[in-house]
Amino acid sequence: MQRPPQQNSWHCPVPLRDFSHIVLGHGGGGRLTADLLEHLIRPAFDNPFLARQADGAELPVQTGRLVVTADSYVVRPLIFPGGSIGELAVHGTLNDLAMMGARAKYLTMALILEEGLPLALLAEILHRAADAARAASVLVVAGDTKVIERCHGEGCFITTTGLGWCKHEGHLSPDAIAAGDAVLLSGTIAEHGIAVLSQREGLQFESAIISDTANLQEIALSLLEAVPVRMFRDPTRGGVAATLNEIAHSRRFGIEIIEQSIPVQPAVRSACDLLGLDPLAVANEGKFIAIVPDAAADEALARMRSHPLGRNAVRIGTVVSDHPGHVVARTPFGAKRMVPLPAGELLPRIC
Amino acid sequence: MSNWEGFRDPEHARVLVRELQQIVTQRWALMEVCGGQTHAILRHGLDQLLPEEIELIHGPGCPVCVTPLSVIDRALALAASPDVIFCTFGDMLRVPGSRSDLQRIKATGGDVRILYSPLDALALARSHPEKQVVFFGIGFETTAPAHALTIHQAHRENLSNFSMLTSLVRVPPALDVLLAEPDQRVQAILAAGHVCSVMGLQEYPLLAERYRVPVVVTGFEPIDLLQGILQAVKQLKSGKSIVENAYARAVATNGNPVARSMIDEVFEETDREWRGMGIIPRSGWRIRKKYQKYDAEMRFPIAIASSSCSHLCRSGEVLRGRLKPTECEAFGRECTPRTPLGATMVSDEGACAAYYHAGKFQQPFPSARTHATSAAAE
Amino acid sequence: MCLAVPGKLIKTFPREGLSMGQFDFGGVLREACLEYLPELQVGEYALVHVGFAISRIDKEDALQTLASLAEMAKLEEQAHE
Repeated sequence: MQRPPQQNSWHCPVPLRDFSHIVLGHGGGGRLTADLLEHLIRPAFDNPFLARQADGAELPVQTGRLVVTADSYVVRPLIFPGGSIGELAVHGTLNDLAMMGARAKYLTMALILEEGLPLALLAEILHRAADAARAASVLVVAGDTKVIERCHGEGCFITTTGLGWCKHEGHLSPDAIAAGDAVLLSGTIAEHGIAVLSQREGLQFESAIISDTANLQEIALSLLEAVPVRMFRDPTRGGVAATLNEIAHSRRFGIEIIEQSIPVQPAVRSACDLLGLDPLAVANEGKFIAIVPDAAADEALARMRSHPLGRNAVRIGTVVSDHPGHVVARTPFGAKRMVPLPAGELLPRIC
Repeated sequence: MSNWEGFRDPEHARVLVRELQQIVTQRWALMEVCGGQTHAILRHGLDQLLPEEIELIHGPGCPVCVTPLSVIDRALALAASPDVIFCTFGDMLRVPGSRSDLQRIKATGGDVRILYSPLDALALARSHPEKQVVFFGIGFETTAPAHALTIHQAHRENLSNFSMLTSLVRVPPALDVLLAEPDQRVQAILAAGHVCSVMGLQEYPLLAERYRVPVVVTGFEPIDLLQGILQAVKQLKSGKSIVENAYARAVATNGNPVARSMIDEVFEETDREWRGMGIIPRSGWRIRKKYQKYDAEMRFPIAIASSSCSHLCRSGEVLRGRLKPTECEAFGRECTPRTPLGATMVSDEGACAAYYHAGKFQQPFPSARTHATSAAAE
Repeated sequence: MCLAVPGKLIKTFPREGLSMGQFDFGGVLREACLEYLPELQVGEYALVHVGFAISRIDKEDALQTLASLAEMAKLEEQAHE
């Protein structure tokens, strides 16, 4: 991983090194903006598109269907156990494309920076984002930078657009789902939300709970090539509960899950107990749900488990014709309870 | 022992349920006092496991639900004040006052902070000497020791910019009022385990004797709840009405005397209004004169004119165990967790919220048990 | 609101003149005030509510309760055989 640029090695007449924090001038479009781009932003991403310094990027034609996604990232704190807003912005966007069955190739990244943001922190974030993009063979081809007046002094907000191409024949969508289909989950849940919350709530862990932020492109796309898939979705804000409720929203079917099958690390479960949270309602950034025909479930699970990000993949439930539009969980006590769309307001921004 | 999982073990639960099924012979109505117990029962679906004959009536043990409208309005006025940092437990954020709620005040510029512990408010007061820090101290006996010690500590440090807006209530006087109502149906009480861990058992024998109801101190895990129900039913069957402790691992007969003495040092008993139940004599605590300086009501004398909440809201009847949420016309329609008409729908421990989240606004699955009076929901 | 969770006392330390403890809640560590349980020993369990340890948990009693339930389950199984 490349180190962030050392401030005293820049060669510039109006050096960035005079500033340790972002000031309004950095967003003014003049000298300071140019310095930021030349000495911090472009070196981090370092690719021919950005090097051209044009207003936009001309992209070569690709085969397959073009898929576009847009996302914003406003997480606080900016750096949390297991990651930062940088990786989150890249992984989150790639994952949205993967959930559509598309292979990501290009990202744009617009930054809104708050006056007072330490430059060293910004450099760290950008380099983590760049590393994540590089590891995914994805190029950040265009972007923008603005600066806003100070509110809390550590604000960095990132908006991305992701471009990917889908070669898959069918369309991944809830419309394809039928009663009897299997609901699969790629691994343990609630880690991202708890990792981010833990700092705010003064929780420590015996063995650290870290965000699961990860690039799901490979595991999802290779699964798509191997078995029939109705649809994918990644349970980010609102967790598995929100995602399953969204999937069932059309009211053509209901979803039943088995509580005991949901994989949660013990310390994460304890943290949820302490904070009064349902793990199903807590955000994830490196997990996905796959709905597949029942007959394909075993093979799908085997495929997922053969990938490092899917070692704990498990079937958590079934699509049913009962209670259309609703998600119901069978409790370990044999009773059934609804899994409602989470309210979500009490959590700080975590995505 | 690290996760106390045994108290959530379905196998152990089955043993208790089978025993219950064997001894139940007639219909009995039990009241679980604490909102946390209501929430746990519905969350795990324990109500679906019980024999048909056992009815659970939900008690008023939800401090959020019983906080009077005037207190909430006072909290909102303080939160909206420019130099105040208003600190609260998360539970109070969306409780509707006459015209607004803390979440809206926060959104329009009020400095509202959600804290886990009242001690965190002292830390804020120390680090923001230019601001007034007010903590919204609501709770039952379980929480009173925390508030008492916080005020005591503020006094020790002479923290001049800290005060507390209290709404502290006591369970036994409310039970006394409920059980005295002429047509009330509760035949046994599952007393709130954590309240008793502080206060001990001393106030319950009088209630048991006066109203001839078994009182079983009950915990919050599925096994604890089923055990409490089982012991209550055994008493009912044998015609006994004594106080039993089914949560002995966490509750001593004498409770926590150190905590009680701090409560006594900082607070004195007073009559308190319970939202939906009116004024109940000696049912709460207020800050003693000695610590008056830390009483936000004294420090910020604001005239409050509360108007009543929605005429559709029947949370008072729900709190008194007279109405099941499913029997309220507004339940699941005008009144949902996103658009709550009253506190019992806002608070996670309110019976209405617990019912809604358990899916009882709709009965999508046949195993959900209904009583004759719940037919209105369908 | 009566959310009180059992934790194991790991260590004690003073803060602002108050006795505080670090508790282990099933792998999660968090601090709580110990003023109400002055005799709680490291290694023992307590119920923690809004940052205060309010009641000691008798681990023996807990283990015994669970053991009797396990015993009853076994007896029932045998009765059915």
